[in-house]
Amino acid sequence: MNNKNSAITKGTDKSLIWLWLILCLIGIMSIFAATYRDGDNVLQGFISLKTDYSRQTLYFLLGGVIGIFILLTDSKFFTATANLWYAFGILLLLLVFPFHSRVKGTESIIRFGNAFQLQPADLCKVFVNLALAKYLSRVDTDFSKARSQIIATIIVLTPAAFSIMQKETGLALVYFSFFLVMFREGLSPFVLIIGFSFAVLVVATLLLEPNTLALILTGIAVAAIYILRKQIKRRRNILFLIIGIWFFCVGVQRFVVPFAFDHVLQPYQVKRIFDAIGKDYVPKNAEAALEIENSGKKKGSNNSNYNVKQSKIAIGSGGVVGKGLLSGTQTRYDFVPEQRTDFIFCTIGEGFGFAGSVVFLGIYLILLMRIVTIAERQRSVFSRCYAYGVASVFFFHIAINVGFTIGLAPVIGIPLPFVSYGGTSLLTFTTMLFILVRLDADRQMVLR
Amino acid sequence: MPVFNQSRSNIIRLIFGGMFLIIFIQLFNLQIFSDKYKKMAQENALFPKRIYPSRGIIYDRKGRAILNNTIMYDLMVTPSQVKNVDTAFFCQLMDIDTAEFRSRIIDAKFRNGPFRPTIFEDLLPPDLYAKLEENIWRFPGFNLQERPIRVYPFNAAAHIMGYVGEVDSSIIKKWNYGYQLGDYVGRSGLEQYYERELMGRRGIEFWIKDNKNRLVGHYANKSLDTPAVAGRNLRTYLDIDLQMLAEKLLSNKMGAIVAIEPKTGGILAMTSGPGFDPNMLTGPDKQSNFNKLFLDVSSPLYNRAIKGQFAAGSTYKPLGALIGLDEGVITPASGYPCLGVYTYCSHPVRCLEKFPGHAATLRLAIAHSCNSFFSNTLRLTIDNPAFHNPRIGLTRWKQYANAFGLGRRIGVDLPSEDGGNIPDTSVYDKEYKGQWNSCTMVGGGLGIGQEKMLVTPLQMANAMCIVANKGFFYIPHFVEKIDGETESDTVLNRFRRKHEVLTNISDAAYEEVMSGMQDVSEIGTARIARIPGINMCAKTGTAENKLVIEGRVVKLPNHSMFVCFAPRENPKIAVAVVVSNAGYGATWAAPIASLMVEKYLNDTLRTERKPEIERIASANLMPKYLVRLQFLADSNRAALWAKQTGDSAKWKKYQTPSFRTAMLDTLHRNKTAMQQLIQNSPADKPKNIELQTDTTEN
Repeated sequence: MNNKNSAITKGTDKSLIWLWLILCLIGIMSIFAATYRDGDNVLQGFISLKTDYSRQTLYFLLGGVIGIFILLTDSKFFTATANLWYAFGILLLLLVFPFHSRVKGTESIIRFGNAFQLQPADLCKVFVNLALAKYLSRVDTDFSKARSQIIATIIVLTPAAFSIMQKETGLALVYFSFFLVMFREGLSPFVLIIGFSFAVLVVATLLLEPNTLALILTGIAVAAIYILRKQIKRRRNILFLIIGIWFFCVGVQRFVVPFAFDHVLQPYQVKRIFDAIGKDYVPKNAEAALEIENSGKKKGSNNSNYNVKQSKIAIGSGGVVGKGLLSGTQTRYDFVPEQRTDFIFCTIGEGFGFAGSVVFLGIYLILLMRIVTIAERQRSVFSRCYAYGVASVFFFHIAINVGFTIGLAPVIGIPLPFVSYGGTSLLTFTTMLFILVRLDADRQMVLR
Repeated sequence: MPVFNQSRSNIIRLIFGGMFLIIFIQLFNLQIFSDKYKKMAQENALFPKRIYPSRGIIYDRKGRAILNNTIMYDLMVTPSQVKNVDTAFFCQLMDIDTAEFRSRIIDAKFRNGPFRPTIFEDLLPPDLYAKLEENIWRFPGFNLQERPIRVYPFNAAAHIMGYVGEVDSSIIKKWNYGYQLGDYVGRSGLEQYYERELMGRRGIEFWIKDNKNRLVGHYANKSLDTPAVAGRNLRTYLDIDLQMLAEKLLSNKMGAIVAIEPKTGGILAMTSGPGFDPNMLTGPDKQSNFNKLFLDVSSPLYNRAIKGQFAAGSTYKPLGALIGLDEGVITPASGYPCLGVYTYCSHPVRCLEKFPGHAATLRLAIAHSCNSFFSNTLRLTIDNPAFHNPRIGLTRWKQYANAFGLGRRIGVDLPSEDGGNIPDTSVYDKEYKGQWNSCTMVGGGLGIGQEKMLVTPLQMANAMCIVANKGFFYIPHFVEKIDGETESDTVLNRFRRKHEVLTNISDAAYEEVMSGMQDVSEIGTARIARIPGINMCAKTGTAENKLVIEGRVVKLPNHSMFVCFAPRENPKIAVAVVVSNAGYGATWAAPIASLMVEKYLNDTLRTERKPEIERIASANLMPKYLVRLQFLADSNRAALWAKQTGDSAKWKKYQTPSFRTAMLDTLHRNKTAMQQLIQNSPADKPKNIELQTDTTEN
């Protein structure tokens, strides 16, 4: 008994568990603040399991149990079964196609009866993280080679592709966060820079007139040639490279982006991207216009522009110190739709103001920094990669979720880790974190 | 395991930190830098609910409430809660059909959303309210809500009190203190003039509303709420008994009666005929009643006491005498050798009195209302040798007339008073291209209060006050006190200021004119108005008038007019009476004024005068051309209606030949049975008035 206890606690990083506990409790409190109505019986509400906050409490307790189980597991179990889990995850994703049930426009959810539903695309984050770590930590993987990098990319992006096929673009984007792990393990920074530049180019395409942007790109190309004229004299290739990049950029701007918006993305997704950058989206064809109109009619509250506006009002009205718990007028009276799930940050923003928001986000920042620190102290590559994977996924969720509530990012419905209402997401994040705690406890061990 | 590229961990830290920094900056921008979102949040979630105080009550001089508040009920519906209602029973109670029921529910949803109560039917009649209250539990989603409305317990003083109605957009724009659509506001009379005092101060309760506009609770524990303050009551000079008598006397007549207390300017009674029952414009039927009144060509809504423009006629003569005396062009001993006509100007001005010496002195001239004498007096005034110029003379005369309150708005505390007209030199310059002399206007009858002189009954009464007071007056007004007023915030100061406009005229001149006016009621034209034991100064008037009807100038029967004040020694009441197109001043206006004075001074009437009241009240003196005008207006409207809707049923009614003849013939003849039915005028010609032969006026 005594031994067992010491086995669980030995080497575990207490700070992570404390942060997990604090965030989960903040989550329950926020959901309580968002859904509690005057006159409700609080005690009964918590016991009955009929309220969202009582269910969240249950998921939190369940997460605790799972966490204990994970801490009791041998670290080697995770390295040994990583690929197996990945295969299981892919299988689940495939099963979605015949068995999915349509919920809120997504086709990524399998339902078991009424009570329990599973979203493999969400769950798969854990498996991908394990498999990526496993692959990168193989002795015969030389990550400086392009072949390995491509294999790693395939491992990461396969679930993303399935996710897009299941009309869950938001979750698919999460998988791109694993490129941070690859970057840490030696992927050329140019990949990140090019990826970032590409995003800038797409946004610029939306914001600027096509001809203006083409002129700007040409100007940049000419400037680059002028600056690099000495090198170009020595090596002709650079000139061709610059012209090639220029040609590619103009091509993207002129043809790829309009084509993607008209044929690849769903009209509502295009609209959300436009909403995020503050422009009105005018669909080019009548079909798309009709579809947007219909989606607006079917669920008027799902109009993402409205959501963001209400969410900004709620957060903005919080002021310096906020209106206090249960005193926010916007979050308490359902002005912000989906506020217990995707827009839970509004409750904190309105109730506790700038000060509360900074403290709250500070907790996340501490968590992320702590995970990076932990990652760097691992002896085994597997643990390190896994830790970076956890940090990247958390970071992506936090940045995008908070970003869209304050109007910095397009509304892609991904939850805020540990805080948003939802069993699957809470348990997935908890599992990811506790596996990390388990691996970290064995940081002196070299795992393969 | 060698650490590969450890510096990259710092880059990742940097990326994390950078992203959080961007988020913090945006949060700072939203939460601290920008006020916009706080305001938007308030608009979103706060509902300022107005609490309406009860409107002020209006009392008469003896403390009787003549305009009060009562409670009626509105039937409210909250559409989302309407479930399992026995629609058939409900519709039977409300006397509507199911389609109407549905359309009203849809309308309510449209106006206020399904979660807020909306008026289903306003101002329920008492019997319907009783039925509904008994059965309201059967109709979930419906409830009865109190609504204070105005009542007029004496059914009197409609024009004075005015009425309240919903604000329109122009009022919202004009009055900058926060009306919103659906609010009630005084739309005429004292209700409008004293709106600020009567409305009180609205309270505001801040309620929190949710995303579906439901009110869910008080905001900030009511700490920001302001309570409603009840409207202030008005204490008026009105004597409601006198007012009711005036209205009774003027029933079925077109004209006006104004009675003023000369010492204070307080208006004791004011009525305009034809009038209406003020209670018609409150309660459930007010809209249809208003339409009825509005479409009546005799304009019952029009307050002729302050807006009616009448030729002053002989009632101007005492003023003419005072002006002449003060200018020194006549003396009390001045006479005029009148033999029935004044022929010195191109148009002869006739005088009904022919016996020599009826204008031997000023006093006699007033008593017998000699037209020649006063035509001559005006000529002397205009051609005053002191000025050598008729322009200066006319301008001086106009100054006097204006000082007597004629030809300008006096400033009574009712909205939309009219000013009448006193002509000046420019009018004649324009009309006669500068070629005019004193004969121009005197020949037209300006010397005897006609030609271009137009006055309102209020001005006539006020001029009597000036004579009674020997030169000063207070602006005529209704309100004596406002409850809870202080010196600084009251609007009544301007009514409490004495206007000593004509005190330069000597008391001897006033005494002389008063003596003449007293003779009017003792030996002169208005002996019918004499009241035993009271020295009354009076003047009759019979004013010619014309009207353009259907493009033709038609000479109509004379206006019967009368002004007086009494008692002479200590004037307590000044009265002006105008009865349109009723004949001689002594026939109708004088007895009416006499009854008013007696009622006010003695607080009661002699028993032998009761039949007199009934006789006057039952006389229908409505001008006959109105029947024709009404018919034309109605048939035109019916024709327009038929043109617009294609429904000619109404229009056909007006095409019946016999009906057309009867109605259109009313201008000159008075023979058809239909005409008799409509006019129902028992007393066309005064039969039993002894003074008939004595009236010697223009």
